[in-house]
Amino acid sequence: MTRIDKNPSGADSAVTVRGLVKHYGETKALDGVDLDVRAGTVMGVLGPNGAGKTTLVRILSTLLASDTGQATVAGYDVARQPRQLRRVIGLTGQYASVDEKLPGWENLYLIGRLLDLPRKEARTRADELLERFSLTDAAKRPASTYSGGMRRRLDLAASMIGRPQVLFLDEPTTGLDPRTRNEVWTEVKAMVGDGVTVLLTTQYMEEAEQLASELTVVDRGKVIAGGGIEELKARVGGRTLRIRPADPLQLRPLAGWLDDLGITGLATTVVDAERGSVLVPVLSDEQLTAVIGAVSARGITLASLTTELPSLDEVFLSLTGHRASAPQDARPTETREEVAV
Amino acid sequence: MSAATIDTATTGDARIPLRSHLRHTGALIRRNLLWIRQDPESMFDAVLFPVIFTLLFVYVFGGSIGQSLGGGQEAYVQYVIPGLLAMMGMNMAQGVGTGFNTDFNSGVMDRFRSLPIGRGSVLFAKIVVELMRMLVACVILMVVAVLVGFDITHWPGLFAAVGLATVFGSALMWVFLTLGVVMKSAQSVQAMGFLVLMPLQFGSSIFAPTRSMPGWLQNFTEYNPLSSLADAARGLMVGGPVAHGLWVTLAWSIGLTAVMAPVAIHKFRTKT
Repeated sequence: MTRIDKNPSGADSAVTVRGLVKHYGETKALDGVDLDVRAGTVMGVLGPNGAGKTTLVRILSTLLASDTGQATVAGYDVARQPRQLRRVIGLTGQYASVDEKLPGWENLYLIGRLLDLPRKEARTRADELLERFSLTDAAKRPASTYSGGMRRRLDLAASMIGRPQVLFLDEPTTGLDPRTRNEVWTEVKAMVGDGVTVLLTTQYMEEAEQLASELTVVDRGKVIAGGGIEELKARVGGRTLRIRPADPLQLRPLAGWLDDLGITGLATTVVDAERGSVLVPVLSDEQLTAVIGAVSARGITLASLTTELPSLDEVFLSLTGHRASAPQDARPTETREEVAV
Repeated sequence: MSAATIDTATTGDARIPLRSHLRHTGALIRRNLLWIRQDPESMFDAVLFPVIFTLLFVYVFGGSIGQSLGGGQEAYVQYVIPGLLAMMGMNMAQGVGTGFNTDFNSGVMDRFRSLPIGRGSVLFAKIVVELMRMLVACVILMVVAVLVGFDITHWPGLFAAVGLATVFGSALMWVFLTLGVVMKSAQSVQAMGFLVLMPLQFGSSIFAPTRSMPGWLQNFTEYNPLSSLADAARGLMVGGPVAHGLWVTLAWSIGLTAVMAPVAIHKFRTKT
């Protein structure tokens, strides 16, 4: 079942990309991308719209040919061994790639047969996966009647039919509401628990942090940063803790006191009077715990306590000194702001 | 997964064995048939087209064209039914183009293309199901034909005519599949199909004998494969010369398929 022994590029690397270039006419979608994904890990590819994320996934899943450069997935060359490669990958595209007119069960059975499973096994596998993705009740309904979240789950289930070694998730939660997004995250985490290697593209730092262990940040077809997620988080300044005391009058004293305490990382606290809360930058889980411990030891009653991740824009700002580039001619106002920054 | 399908020694990539091709095509045929079950209205064209065309042509034009045939409406029925049979493939093929274009632009195509299947099987399955639909349409046409007074004198000839229409229809389907893959929207495929089909259908011997047409148009109808098919079908079903129409139709069918099937598969494979 496993084919790690056949991997010529070293046992550790499930996806290897070297100098990948792809043009669409004048536009350079990929401009020399290098990337390594270790087997059994989740690599997040973070970048704004038009950064080349989808192009990368389409090349790696053999839907698109690159202009130059090389890529192997599970040891198979994307250009020379596409059929074998297709046998070991799963793909969940940016738009749910299920057949809307077919019932959920039929969707999965069809994929099973296309992957050469015998009829009986294809049937069992469809049943199993519907069960696992909590779709058994909807098995007989056409996918067009599914909610957005159900459709994504069916899509993920379809990607899992062939027990892939490498799974490509192209913006798996774009367009989903927060609750549905959490459902999808839970499913993806469970899949990773099964030992699948995942390459995930996303526009959200939060999603990358939830799912990925390593991160590659791309912009305008180029890799602009990469590394362990913790390391990158440290570079972009970690999280922000938002504390809202029950009594608004305590807002300013609390902020001053936290600053005096000297445990809040690099920056000072900020008072957000409009929303009645204090923003405390924290770099580590230890700092986070220390701040909360101190606040509760002081006996201040809190109305709410949340952590916030830096936005994509803030990540780009910290890593590159400029904002995430908008796709050309799409957002002229922001490009002008770039000069001001 | 089965190791038998992996044969890297010779090609560097796995080959897809014939049995897998058949299995994939079978699974995709099932998909296309389930579509019809989910959406029975999609059979409307196959069911209604033969009914409406037969009634329109027989009762609107039948009397006057029948006179020039040396009979009346009854004579026209014998004339036009084989013509309508010849037209069937063309109408079905046009639907294939638009339907496939819509299908192609849906996300599920990306999934198919990321699976280890021969990409031609997606197209083969579509054609097989459309031919089934065409046969349904042929049966309905013949039922209506008999109801309006068509005389089935020669059953083997009838079956042969249906077979010939099916062969030609499948050749046209490859043409329209190519259009469906290449053109951007279903509407443009439909518009294109309409523009090509109208002159071909009416500039032929399908609906009326070509004797009374001006010379230049007679030349056109002579080279129009639909005329050949209609003439052959007429010969097979009600008697008359068969051979010329038959060979010309077969030559067109083989030629179109030999050129357009590889083109369609290639375009499908490389389109992104």
